[in-house]
Amino acid sequence: MKKTLIMAGIISGLIISSAAQARDTLSLAGSSTVLPFARIIAEQLGKNPNFKTPVVESGGSSVGKKGVCDGVGTKFIDIGNASSRMKTKELAYCEKNGVKLTEIKVGYDGIVVANSKKGAPLNISKAHLGMALTAKIPACYEGSGRSYNCNDWIDNPFKKWSDIDASLPDIEIRVYGPPTTSGTRASYAEMVNQKGYCGKEKIAKAASAARGDKKGKKCRAMRTDGVFIEAGEQDNLIVQKLNEDTSSYGIFGFSYLDQNTDTLQGAVISKTAPTFENIAGNNYSVSRALYYYVKHQHIGVVPGMNEYMAEWTKHWGDDGALSDAGMIPMPASERAKYKSAMSSLPVLTAADLK
Amino acid sequence: MTKKFINPIEATEIVKSSIKKRRAKDSRLRLYGRIAIGMATCFLFFMFFSIFTKGYPGFFQYYVTLDIKFDRERIDPKEDLSDTSLYEGEASKTVNESLFSIINPQGRKAKKEARKIVSSGKDIRIAKLVKNDPSLFGTVTKVKFALDDDIDSFLRGYINRDTPESERRISDNVIAYVDKLSEENRISYEFSDYILQGSASGNPEMAGIKGAFFGSILTLSVCLLIAFPLGIATAVYLEEIAKKNKITEIIEVNINNLAAVPSVVFGIMGLAIFISIFGMPRSIPLVGGMVLALMTLPTIIISSRAAIRAVPPSVRDAAYGIGASKLQVIFHHVIPLAMPGMLTGTIIGMAQALGETAPLLMIGMVAFIVDIPNSVVDPGTVLPVQIFMWADFAERMFIQKTSAAIIVLLGFLIAMNALAVYLRKKLERRW
Repeated sequence: MKKTLIMAGIISGLIISSAAQARDTLSLAGSSTVLPFARIIAEQLGKNPNFKTPVVESGGSSVGKKGVCDGVGTKFIDIGNASSRMKTKELAYCEKNGVKLTEIKVGYDGIVVANSKKGAPLNISKAHLGMALTAKIPACYEGSGRSYNCNDWIDNPFKKWSDIDASLPDIEIRVYGPPTTSGTRASYAEMVNQKGYCGKEKIAKAASAARGDKKGKKCRAMRTDGVFIEAGEQDNLIVQKLNEDTSSYGIFGFSYLDQNTDTLQGAVISKTAPTFENIAGNNYSVSRALYYYVKHQHIGVVPGMNEYMAEWTKHWGDDGALSDAGMIPMPASERAKYKSAMSSLPVLTAADLK
Repeated sequence: MTKKFINPIEATEIVKSSIKKRRAKDSRLRLYGRIAIGMATCFLFFMFFSIFTKGYPGFFQYYVTLDIKFDRERIDPKEDLSDTSLYEGEASKTVNESLFSIINPQGRKAKKEARKIVSSGKDIRIAKLVKNDPSLFGTVTKVKFALDDDIDSFLRGYINRDTPESERRISDNVIAYVDKLSEENRISYEFSDYILQGSASGNPEMAGIKGAFFGSILTLSVCLLIAFPLGIATAVYLEEIAKKNKITEIIEVNINNLAAVPSVVFGIMGLAIFISIFGMPRSIPLVGGMVLALMTLPTIIISSRAAIRAVPPSVRDAAYGIGASKLQVIFHHVIPLAMPGMLTGTIIGMAQALGETAPLLMIGMVAFIVDIPNSVVDPGTVLPVQIFMWADFAERMFIQKTSAAIIVLLGFLIAMNALAVYLRKKLERRW
């Protein structure tokens, strides 16, 4: 009895100590938008018999950026994926923990507003799209049925698309979209609600300035009165809902539209349709860059860091495996820039982010 | 208060008149019970029906048969069958050449499209074949390859030929190639050898559940090895040895509370203790098993205590009466008699643990992991996580794969429950 207990103790001790040893598998985490592309690269690297296939965790952009900055050592992840750029605040957390990063941009992703092909196609300006879904708007629009003081912000009163502009479909506004934890949601709110609407549309711009919010950051909040419906991180769920409820629209990444072109149509936003060519050519305005952040201190410690980076350069071209999966490639000049960054490894500083 | 007496004849009358009503009530109760059971069965039936009809095609996929020339110099340049040599070889090119000789694509763009027809796992398949049977070198043999997921979806009818070319995932050219291949009877719809033997993959046609399945087994083994002895020792101590006082009462209440704690909390604790303090790596089944063990402990303790309490005191008294010590009473009589209940509780706890994803999120097991874990310290994931991840991938083919994986998970669960029933029947003793 005693012997077996001692043996069990030794064995469990061995397992735990061997587990705490250096890791030989690359560990990544972050944006669920970057994940499908990162897993393609990971798999390609795994085919090389000299390396194990990297482990790619999801979790969202903030998890990627925070995770990579948590500290130096093999219990922390090596590379953080993000679909929104690092902020100076997030970088400060990195510096506090002594983590040095290099930023690698890998490509672009468009955010689309789409609906079923059986429903009415949407051809809308960015300002109108923002007007439909921003939580609070100035109180002096005609369609809202009131004309009070423009500097008075009220809960968004629009019920139908046609209330905003007569050219829009005469159906109730109902849009499915990602929750607040999502990078897609954050980018959408910034690009459409903030920049497209409160930064551009005359009344909202003036009213924003009047309330001391020149950049329109307060406009990022989405409606919570049931018009904008949070459908969870699962974009496939939104796609299914759109097929069932043909009068509703959904907000998600371009790759999901690309996979479902036979049943879904993307809304034309500010006269540009969400096609691969338009997003790649920078004509479609609701798109964001995808990044990953490499931790310097782990290069050479965890095997495969350099090879992982190099693997991206093999597939991120115009007709590589990544564009096939729905990622929008960068122009050749940018590709060259980030390829050289992979070997020179410039340390990301707060000045770069401004 | 005066009590009114009824004479017997009157009483009989009253009873007689109410008898019909009472019988009606009885039969109504029976009816309600039947409706309840009927509805539950209906739900269960619909659930199984929808899962099986959707998941059944997930076990099958389309293959193309090609004549491959096994040229050793090209496939295995170092001629030692090592991984490096096969990796450096030109297996993919060989397969594409064989394909091109049939469909004959003209021009660079057409060739590029044609290259995508056969799944990108073709080189791995060739490597596996020659490793198993080096005598293939120098021969021309028919080999089956999985078709790309877009073409699989097309053949299943999810992509319509009539939609304009710009709106579908595959071009007219590719459709013509596929038609040519099926004319020559090279395309077949067969039981997929990837779904059960493949691991996680970004290419849906190559994705399988093997990695997740082994991950689940490893995680559950760790969980069982920790939770079962600890749970039973706790239950025995609390029921048989500990004195009933304030301290044991507090412990009892807290164990019951622990059973109601949301599972994700255990994940946060696992992250804080096992990974941050003990410095264990992320994403390994060892940590996953330890977290799940903490989660299932209360279930096991509570059911084991109930089982111990159900052992009649007369058994203990009789044992003490013939001079048995406490240890002898516990190990010779109480535990064997309580074992069926303990095992049932444990297996139900394990079944719960098998279905969990939330606590694993925090410790990095919700991840894309391709390599199959060989030990509890290799990165691994579990079945429900695999299902969860597949459900979110954009590619169409993952929808069927998801349902297929759900069927496997359900099968696993049913097997575990069947084991619980069997053990209970086998070990059960009546008194």
